[in-house]
Amino acid sequence: MVNGLEVRDVVVTYPGGTTAVDGVTLHVPTGEVLALLGPSGCGKSSLLRAVAGLEPLAAGALRWDGQPVDHLPVHRRGFGLMFQDGQLFPHRDVAGNIAYGLADRPRAERERRVGELLELVGLEGYGDRAVTTLSGGEQQRVALARSLAPRPRLLLLDEPLSSLDRSLREHLAAELRDIIHAAGATAVYVTHDHDEAFTVASRIAVMSRGQVLQADTPERLWHAPASEQVARFLGYGPVVDAVVVGEELRTPVGPVRVEPAAGEAAGAVRLALGPRALVPTEGGTPLPVGGWRVRRGERELEVTLPDGQGAVVRVPAEDGAVRETVAVRLAAEHVAVVPGGRP
Amino acid sequence: MGPAGVVGWVVAAAVPLLFLSVFFLWPVATMVARGFFPDGALDVGGIAEVFARRRTWRVIGVTVGQSLTATLAALLLGLPGAYVLYRCRFRGRRLVRGFITLPFVLPTVVVGVAFRALLVETGPLGFLGIDGTFAAVVAALVFFNYALVVRTVGALWERLDPRAEEAARALGASPWRAFRTVTLPALAPSIVSAGAVVFLFCATSFGVVLTMGGLRYGTIETEVWIQTTQFLDLRAAAVLSVLQLAVVGGALLLAARARRRYDRSLRLRTDRSATRPLRLRGPGRRPGPDAPAAAVTAAVLLGLLVLPLAYLVAGSLRAPEGWGLGNYRRLAGTGGANTLTVTVWEAAANSVRAAVDATVVAVVVGTLVALVVSRRPRSRGGRRVLGVLDAVFMLPLGVSAVTVGFGFLITLDSPPLDLRGSAVIVPIAQAVVAVPIVVRTVLPVLRAIDPRLREAAAVLGASPGRVLATVDGPFLARGLGLAVGFAFAVSLGEFGATAFLARPESPTLPVVIFRLIGRPGAENYGMALAASVVLAVLTATVMMLAERLRGDRMGTW
Repeated sequence: MVNGLEVRDVVVTYPGGTTAVDGVTLHVPTGEVLALLGPSGCGKSSLLRAVAGLEPLAAGALRWDGQPVDHLPVHRRGFGLMFQDGQLFPHRDVAGNIAYGLADRPRAERERRVGELLELVGLEGYGDRAVTTLSGGEQQRVALARSLAPRPRLLLLDEPLSSLDRSLREHLAAELRDIIHAAGATAVYVTHDHDEAFTVASRIAVMSRGQVLQADTPERLWHAPASEQVARFLGYGPVVDAVVVGEELRTPVGPVRVEPAAGEAAGAVRLALGPRALVPTEGGTPLPVGGWRVRRGERELEVTLPDGQGAVVRVPAEDGAVRETVAVRLAAEHVAVVPGGRP
Repeated sequence: MGPAGVVGWVVAAAVPLLFLSVFFLWPVATMVARGFFPDGALDVGGIAEVFARRRTWRVIGVTVGQSLTATLAALLLGLPGAYVLYRCRFRGRRLVRGFITLPFVLPTVVVGVAFRALLVETGPLGFLGIDGTFAAVVAALVFFNYALVVRTVGALWERLDPRAEEAARALGASPWRAFRTVTLPALAPSIVSAGAVVFLFCATSFGVVLTMGGLRYGTIETEVWIQTTQFLDLRAAAVLSVLQLAVVGGALLLAARARRRYDRSLRLRTDRSATRPLRLRGPGRRPGPDAPAAAVTAAVLLGLLVLPLAYLVAGSLRAPEGWGLGNYRRLAGTGGANTLTVTVWEAAANSVRAAVDATVVAVVVGTLVALVVSRRPRSRGGRRVLGVLDAVFMLPLGVSAVTVGFGFLITLDSPPLDLRGSAVIVPIAQAVVAVPIVVRTVLPVLRAIDPRLREAAAVLGASPGRVLATVDGPFLARGLGLAVGFAFAVSLGEFGATAFLARPESPTLPVVIFRLIGRPGAENYGMALAASVVLAVLTATVMMLAERLRGDRMGTW
């Protein structure tokens, strides 16, 4: 028996004929947090809503622990869903919101569970506050507590942090991960932000145009993106042509030693450069500097690669003029070989 | 939705549909059929004959002219009012907002009586010489509908993001140009929709026109009444009824099209921080930027709203024997020369009883309609069905209440539904008139619920029934107080259909007032004023209680 959530060949279409999800197959074992990562409009939210039972399947099947669930109405699936903007019930206080999914439990147990969850999300004593008086971050904490309260067998999170500002988002992403792990929940986490996905998830599925391009652990995903598209979406770029010669890859920016993926052992390949792939080095390949800016204490030089693509070289911020060229080498740990020659 | 859910919603739709079919569609269709098919065949010659009459064309002209003029005037006066009362802050704003709503719920007969009292030759404005003229009727119609414009436009204006106008000013636009090019287009949907509803109310108004314009400025609505009751010309009445439906339907269609053109997603603020203090005085001794709007609004308030009502109250206190409560004491009697069959107090009791029954029926039927229509089915067919339902339940707004009343008389007169002389016929007719108002009050509240709120409840394990009770329920409760108030006010003041249906031995208050004012004698006239005050106080009290139950929102029309 397969445990956890099984999504098999699922298709979701909307009236008018748009296909939002086009044959997705995924497996989320119990205890795993899977991130669905993709640009807006790629179908990740539609897939999540279909799993929750809010959109009907046009084709495919959904199973939990081997049992089909697609025939179950939303309220009998036992899956929790947290919305992007919380969707707290405005006419109930914080405790009333959290207790909503516990209606069938005895009163004492309900109160104990609400107390536990308020503590879990760091809002002790907020029980009788009106939800309209909370800040955006507090509202999302209440929304999380509300979806965790009935102990759903699967927690679905639909861009839970994207309505918050950047610093709060980064802080809450780590906290969310800890809370989900502490609750021992199995979860599917939809986001368009790769940093958030890498922070929260134990596995990441990259989606584009209704299809899953690649699903893997964050580490393997980062080191071996399945395609140029995936690489670019994870934050790689630019992607340059390279030729395998012996144990080396020859690139326009000089040679680098990388283990090419199996099957790409010879001939022309493509090499994706990570944000820190170009390291300034005496005697390296000289690149013309077009402009620069300071970001997070570093000077970011905008350079032009020999093939005409733009790239960024990071050097320590210091006063003084910026040179007209910078000599660089490739850092092997910040590049990834992607399949295929020039597309 | 499961099959059980579908069955539930179909039943919920069937109850109001059955009510509307039996008590509205059937009577109106029968009435119209009698005019068009007098001997079982379509009488084209007869219809042509009605249109050949000069009288018919005069009535059409008066209806359209009167309604258009009143609508334009209400919009022109209402815009500054919406600005002052919804965009500016000042002390007493709540009170003024509440006060301007009063005319809207006042019974039409009361409004007619109040304006007559002011404009008759012996009245304080008698020197204007406009008693019984076009201008007088228009003034009364504006009085009646001013609040509708102020509140519909104000509700949108209040939440309009001021930064768009600020951006225009920063680009060098004068205040007037910024208003004309940025704010006015943003307000356009609410202006068009307020205009359409005001036109509809003006074109179908009966009590005001009958008490003020008399026969000279008769509209289609009063003409239907005259043709049926005085000339017994059913053919003319039927033709005019259909004509009225066409005029009103055409106006609403044009408005819907205009609104669609203007409809775009507006940048609205959810808080109300867009308001700022009223600026009456500018630097130095010059008037502030808000002074013109405030002056217009004050003039409308005092001249058009306060004056007639104050004079009505004053007039009611001046009995033939001198100042005092003489007129009110006489309400325990039946008027000079026994004008009435019952005392005015008995009539008031009849009114309240009928209005309570009508309110219960209207709120039950109207809430069911609103619940059904506010669903969002996935299929296109389902959405189309709901669209048709929504429109069908608005029909009573556009059809002459007189037609409804007369239709009742000629259809509900044989078993199994023989309601002639029954005490339920008046409440049912009033409920038919009140249902659209209930729907229009409750529906926006239900439509404002984010569908994801219902989804959030469902994923937390709530069954469809519990979602309805715990998500729709609290919102519904908020809209319901106001709906009850409106339904009660409308039923209390209903005159067009009630005039036909009230039994001679149990007339309602508006019927009694109309009778009193139509009979000679200072005593009867004084009693009419006093009875009008009683009816106004009754209505205002009910509305105030209803508003207390639920903030200060009036449904979006």
